[in-house]
Amino acid sequence: MSSDDAPFLFSSLKRIVLDELHALVTSKRGDLLSLGLARLWRLAPEMRSIGLSATVAEPESLARFLVPQRDRKSEAADIVVAGGAAAPIVEMLDTSERLPWAGHTARHALGEIYDLIKRNKTTLVFVNTRSQAEMLFQDLWRMNDDGLAIALHHGSLDVAQRRKVEDAMAKGKLRGVVCTSSLDLGVDWGDVDLVINIGAPKGASRLMQRIGRANHRIDEASRAVLVPANRFEVLECRVAIDAVAENAQDTPPLRTGALDALAQHVLGCACGEPFLSDQLYGEVLTAAPYSGLSRIDFDDVVDFVATGGYALKTYERFARIKQDKNGRWRVANPLTRQSYRLNVGTIVEETMLKVRLVRSRGGGSGSTGALGRGGRMLGEIEEAFIEGLVIGDTFVFGGEIVRYEALAEDQVYVSRANDADAKVPSYMGGKFPLSTYLAERVRKLLDDRRAWGGLPDQVRDWLSLQSDVSRVPGVRELLVETFPRGNKHYLVCYPFEGRLAHQTLGMLLTRRMERARVRPLGFVANEYALAVWGLGDMSFMIRQGRLDLSTLFDPDMLGDDLEAWLAESALMKRTFRTCAIISGLIARRFTGQEKTRRQVLFSTDLIYDVLRKHQPDHVLLRAARADAATGLLDIRRLSDMLSRIEGRIIHKELDHVSPLAVPVMLEIGRESVYGEASDELLAEAADELVKEAMS
Amino acid sequence: MTRTAIEIGRHSSLNIAGVQLIADLSGALFWQEQSLLVVSDLHLEKGSSFATRGVLLPPYDTVATLGRLAAVIARHDPRMVIALGDSFHDRDAHGRLSAPDRDTIAALQARRDWIWISGNHDPALPSDLGGVVAHEVAIGPIAFRHEPTGAIGEIAGHLHPKARVTRRGRSMERRCFACDGERAVMPAFGAYTGGLSIRDAAFSKIFQTLGFMAHVLGDTRLHSIAASRCY
Repeated sequence: MSSDDAPFLFSSLKRIVLDELHALVTSKRGDLLSLGLARLWRLAPEMRSIGLSATVAEPESLARFLVPQRDRKSEAADIVVAGGAAAPIVEMLDTSERLPWAGHTARHALGEIYDLIKRNKTTLVFVNTRSQAEMLFQDLWRMNDDGLAIALHHGSLDVAQRRKVEDAMAKGKLRGVVCTSSLDLGVDWGDVDLVINIGAPKGASRLMQRIGRANHRIDEASRAVLVPANRFEVLECRVAIDAVAENAQDTPPLRTGALDALAQHVLGCACGEPFLSDQLYGEVLTAAPYSGLSRIDFDDVVDFVATGGYALKTYERFARIKQDKNGRWRVANPLTRQSYRLNVGTIVEETMLKVRLVRSRGGGSGSTGALGRGGRMLGEIEEAFIEGLVIGDTFVFGGEIVRYEALAEDQVYVSRANDADAKVPSYMGGKFPLSTYLAERVRKLLDDRRAWGGLPDQVRDWLSLQSDVSRVPGVRELLVETFPRGNKHYLVCYPFEGRLAHQTLGMLLTRRMERARVRPLGFVANEYALAVWGLGDMSFMIRQGRLDLSTLFDPDMLGDDLEAWLAESALMKRTFRTCAIISGLIARRFTGQEKTRRQVLFSTDLIYDVLRKHQPDHVLLRAARADAATGLLDIRRLSDMLSRIEGRIIHKELDHVSPLAVPVMLEIGRESVYGEASDELLAEAADELVKEAMS
Repeated sequence: MTRTAIEIGRHSSLNIAGVQLIADLSGALFWQEQSLLVVSDLHLEKGSSFATRGVLLPPYDTVATLGRLAAVIARHDPRMVIALGDSFHDRDAHGRLSAPDRDTIAALQARRDWIWISGNHDPALPSDLGGVVAHEVAIGPIAFRHEPTGAIGEIAGHLHPKARVTRRGRSMERRCFACDGERAVMPAFGAYTGGLSIRDAAFSKIFQTLGFMAHVLGDTRLHSIAASRCY
């Protein structure tokens, strides 16, 4: 569509079909798609759009996406509901083992999972993260006395390896595949007769997509077994099964179109037929996600595409798009057009490094080079993960335990390790937090003692014990417990708003507690709870009135405290980087080569720092802030929660840890985050040296 | 191991070939007896340098870098300043300086000696910038030059040393001074300057062994960490 011939190429287009539309519209991909549709509606007025979805919470909003929005009125496509699908049969694994308090591996149920695979023809085993997939696959092979054909499939494996698994599956040669959401959508492998979902379902619609992978015939029921990996996940599985039975959906509502995606589109338009601002603005408004776009935002985006959108007007002569004497914008030189075409798209992956298997060279001097290059390609791994490793560490990759040998350019060299225990990839959590809808159902389930009857005995006992020694939180209230342990004091609260929102809450709470002289040392968050620990006796301070919980949890933390934290937040910098790439400020690819972050001569973190200080209202910072509301920081959800619990905070002062607090307390030590303060980490590294020097 | 650094918060004291110097948290080096301040790799106008190639980075890097330079000069009030090379990102960069930025540089040069050491990015500096242009400068046992050679008593830049420290699965990367008591490589001072890991082969040519220290620029203090513990 960015070519001069676009009107000719597309004018006769009759129909466009968008499958799994609900999954397309929740991201910037959907934003760009909607802008593409807006262009097609102009080029091919006769075109009809058809969207398909089996899991959508609000069909009306998807219907708006499919037709042009005019004069700020809500236009919508017709909705056709296809019936007749057999209801799925979903159960929770009734384990005879002891249910773990924390963790995400479901190791306790390994034998039972293996039995399920053995008893069925072909089973898909879904897990939430790549590292879980690696671990489970290893564990299953260790106990595979029957030599069942079990394979592994996830997004970071080498493509050739993945295709091999898919082929074997299609031919019916496999009994089981351990996989991540890389297989969620669209893969229809005939004869799967059982889906096992390990761990938290996270969302009702998400679970239904996975279940739909089994028995892909509309008139027969799909069968699925949910395997919760810990006690909280039992609650989540319980309410997810109820939601599936009611066919309740929880896909997120339609987004507001992102400004960085719009910037990419504007550049694309300038690469084709020249455009007038007024005309393009009118066209963009017909796209549902952008129907509320202000003219100011639009003009800022055009200014950004042209000269960077800086208050300091020094880049006029370097403009990427220029106006002719009729006011029409066109691309300034062919290189810009070429660069646009190479960088089109909105999927910004984490920087990935290629993993190659080489022979161990023993020692670990750690400097790069000197190691034999080449080696078999195992797949790709996130740079962020490798950065957390030290040369010599072992981890599981591609179903093998490997030792980290060296890093050179974008290649990670590993050797086969003989260790039985790997330093397993740390659990990064799935990308998706627990859905707001399931979270609410979990809170309702907790609040309704009669409903506890549907829970396994172990879980019921756990909750009863909690209500004896502390309290089981009510639907709208926030339970806050404080207690001493060792020589530290703990505050644990249970917002049930997902790990991302809890992390943000933890960052902000520790700032405030520091000001209140609670001397916080760290915090840890999981999907359900947040624990903060410190040196100050919080129970005592609350009793004395020196620490007021309603002040501590006041929504005003989303003002200055949030701003101050965002200034230095690594998550915010990652969000900014994504916007910088999508908007076209920074190219991902140059002609003929992939530009890795290692080759980039400037860092987006440094640009963020400078831009934030000198032009805080720049359009890219606005885009990044909008992303932070729903993305890695989940600020909107935190904000909703803080308003929900205002005036409803219940404090329990305890002598020791409560049953409900145990799971989150067990996560302490696995990861310990103190704000994002870095001097502590550096000081610790320096202390180690001092110790060594003194010994 | 001899102690080559003492932690004193905002500054670390570095001993190079018998001379005591102060490593400033900003990334500058101060030689008290000589009242000499050294900064390296300012890379002024790096933003506009990218802009000429269609990458429209925010045009605020020069003002940001000069602002930090003004702050550290105000703190130490040196009689002499040495800019240790790559002060400008490319050959034409000085021509793109805005008038206010030129004025800032002139104001910083007032009442003190100013030496521009030429670097690979700015091999030919014009005379209208103020200050003196030199290839290298020797004061007592210390030689100041842009590209390190590994000679004893050398203070150089060019490599943009940074250190990665990993603790409990989290890792952090910061600019640092690299110093083994005989020679030092200074961190890049510019707002848009990235870095090269001190574990890169380029550093082993300067320091021979890993027995050198990284003086890492933290948020509020400098941290002295053995190079062997960094990545």
